[in-house]
Amino acid sequence: MENNTIIKTDNLVKRFPIGGGHFTALEDINLELNTGEFAGLVGPSGSGKTTMLNILGSLDNPSEGDANVLNTSIKSIGARRASQLRKKHIGFIFQTFNLMPVYTVFENVEFPLLLLKMSAAERRKAVLDALEWVGLTDKIKSKPKQLSGGESQRVAIARAMVKKPELVLADEPTANLDAENSHNILRTMEKLNEELNTTFLFATHDDKVIKYLKRIIYLEDGKVVRDEQVKK
Amino acid sequence: MLRFFIKGLIRDRQRSLLPIIVVTLGVMLTVLGHTWITGILGDVIDFNARFSTGHVKVMTSEYFENIDQMPNDLALLESEAFIAELQEKYPDMTWVERISFGGLIDAPDEEGETRAQGPAAGMALDLLSPESKEAERLNLQNILLKGTLPTSPDDVILSDEFASRLEVEPDDQVTLITTTMYGAMSITNFTVCGTIKFGVGALDRGGIIADISGIRYAMDMEDATGEILGYFPGGEYPDEKAITLAENFNNEYADEEDRFSPVMVPLRNQNSLTGMIDIIGYMSGIIISIFMIAMAIVLWNAGLVGGLRRYGEMGLRLAIGEQKGHIYRSLLSESVVIGIVGSVIGTLIGLLFASLMSKGIDFSDMMEGSTMMMPGVYRTQITPESYYIGFFPGVLATVFGTALAGIGIYRRQTANLFKELQA
Repeated sequence: MENNTIIKTDNLVKRFPIGGGHFTALEDINLELNTGEFAGLVGPSGSGKTTMLNILGSLDNPSEGDANVLNTSIKSIGARRASQLRKKHIGFIFQTFNLMPVYTVFENVEFPLLLLKMSAAERRKAVLDALEWVGLTDKIKSKPKQLSGGESQRVAIARAMVKKPELVLADEPTANLDAENSHNILRTMEKLNEELNTTFLFATHDDKVIKYLKRIIYLEDGKVVRDEQVKK
Repeated sequence: MLRFFIKGLIRDRQRSLLPIIVVTLGVMLTVLGHTWITGILGDVIDFNARFSTGHVKVMTSEYFENIDQMPNDLALLESEAFIAELQEKYPDMTWVERISFGGLIDAPDEEGETRAQGPAAGMALDLLSPESKEAERLNLQNILLKGTLPTSPDDVILSDEFASRLEVEPDDQVTLITTTMYGAMSITNFTVCGTIKFGVGALDRGGIIADISGIRYAMDMEDATGEILGYFPGGEYPDEKAITLAENFNNEYADEEDRFSPVMVPLRNQNSLTGMIDIIGYMSGIIISIFMIAMAIVLWNAGLVGGLRRYGEMGLRLAIGEQKGHIYRSLLSESVVIGIVGSVIGTLIGLLFASLMSKGIDFSDMMEGSTMMMPGVYRTQITPESYYIGFFPGVLATVFGTALAGIGIYRRQTANLFKELQA
C-alpha cells in the first residue's frame, strides 16, 4: 500500500446466506483510494454500495479477500480495534441524520469527542470550529427538532468532521433533502475535502451528488463496472 | 461522559420519568411495609414482654412445663432472696415478680348473695412499692377507664368489659374464688378500684389486675412467686443477648433432677413467639425480594420499550466508535442514577407516611374474639434500617431490569447499522 493510499481492497467478496444458499453482494472488488479523494460508489439499489461502505467502515467483514483501511486489515480486525478505528479515524454521515433529539446541536457534535476523552476546552474549540465549517455557529443551543432538514444534515456533517477523521463515509447523504439544501451540503463537504484534505466516499445514486464527485466508481450486481476520474 | 448521559436522562422524560415513578412507588411501599411490619411485630413482642414474658422469665422447671395451667403450686419459693441474688448478679437488668392466676370473680347483691359470676384470668404485680415501675410498664394509668389504680392490697382492677358483664363499678366489692398454692380453696374479698381496657381480646374478656401482696395473701404465697420477669435496659428485646443470658443461667441453676430448680426462658421461647421473632429477622429480606422482583419485571419491560425507542441512538453510538460494552455500561450507569433518585424520593415519601401512621390504627374492635396476646393498635415503627432498606430494591431492581433489557445490545448486528439507521 502506497503512503497516500487510504483504502485498498484485494479481491473483496461479500456473501450473505439466504435460505440454503448464499447471495453474493460484492464480487472480486479491487479498488484503491488515495488520501483526499472525493469519490462515490454509484449504482442502483442492490448493487452493493452500502455493503461496501459497511466493510470499509469496519462495520462488517469480507467473506473473501480483504480491505485495508488506513493500514488496517478489515478481515482480521477485532470488535475492539474496529471501534477504535471508527472512533478515531472514520466519520459517518447517514441519510436520516440520526441526531440525538434530547441534546443540543453543540452536544450532538461534541459526542464523538467525549469518546476520545478530550478536555472540555479542547472539545469546545473543536465543536465551534466544526460548526463554523458548516455555518451553524448561531444554532449551537438549538435542539434537532428546531432545525430544518438541511441544517440537521449539516450538524451531522459537523459531527462526522469534528474529530478531523481521515475518511468520511456518507451513505445517501442528500436523499432526504431538497435540491438547494443538497447543493449546500455538498458544497460544504467539497470545501472540507479541499481545506482539510479529508477523503470522502459516498454511496449514492443521486445525480445531485454525482455532479460533485471527482471520481465515480460504478457498481452493478456487486461488481465494479467502471471507475472514472471526473475532470472539472 | 456520565454527565452527558445524565443530562440526556433529565431531558428525556420518557427515559427517566416512568422508571423513577416505578422505583419511587416500589421503594415507598418497601419502606412503608417494612416500618409497618416492624411496628406490628415489634409491638406484639413488646406487648408480650411487658404483660407476660419479660425479656427473660425465671420460674421452676415444672412450672414452665405446665405454664398454660398457671400452676402456682409449683411457684418459686424464697423469692425475695432470689430476686436479690438476680439483682446482684445482673445489675443492669430489672427483675420483677409476677403471679398469674385464674379463678372466679363473684359479684354479690345487697344481701351478699351471688348476683353475677365470671371466670377471671388475673395478674398480680407490684403496684404499691414506690420504686416499682410496673404500672408504667403496663401503661395502666393510660388504659384506666374508670376509678383509680390500686392503692391497697385489697384493691383490684377489672377489665371494663368484664366489669360491665358483672355489673360492677369502682368501689363495689367482688370476691375472688381460687386456690392457694397448697391446693386449698381460697375466697377473698377485694374492692374494685377501677376498670381498664387492655385493648386485647383475651384480656378484656376476664382480665383482672391486683397488687402482688394482696394476691399473695389470697393464695397463701408468702415469699413465693410464680414468675420472675427480667428486662434488659432500654426496653428493646435483644434476642441474642437474652438467649445467651438464659443459657448461662440454666448452666448454673437448672437441675434436671430437681423439678423446682429455676430455669430461665428467653422471650422467643414463650407464647409461640419464636416464629414471629424469626420473621422479623427475615422480613427485611422478604420485603426487599418481593419488591425487587416486581420492580425488576416492570423496569425490564420499561427498559425494553426505552431500548426500542433509543435503537437509533444506540446504532449511532456504535457507528461513531463506542463499544457495545461501553454502551451497556452507560445504560447501567443511567439505571443506577434512576435507582438512587427513585430510592431517595421513595424513602422520603415512605418515611413521611410511616411517621403519619406511627400513632397507629385501632383494630381492637376486630380483635374482640382473639385469644392471642396482641395489641389492638397497630402502628409503624421507623428504625435506622428504614432509612436505607428501600435502596436495595430501588437500585438493584433498576440495574437488574436494565441489565436484562440491555442484553439486546449484544445481539445488535453492527453490520446492519446503515440499513437500520436509514429505516
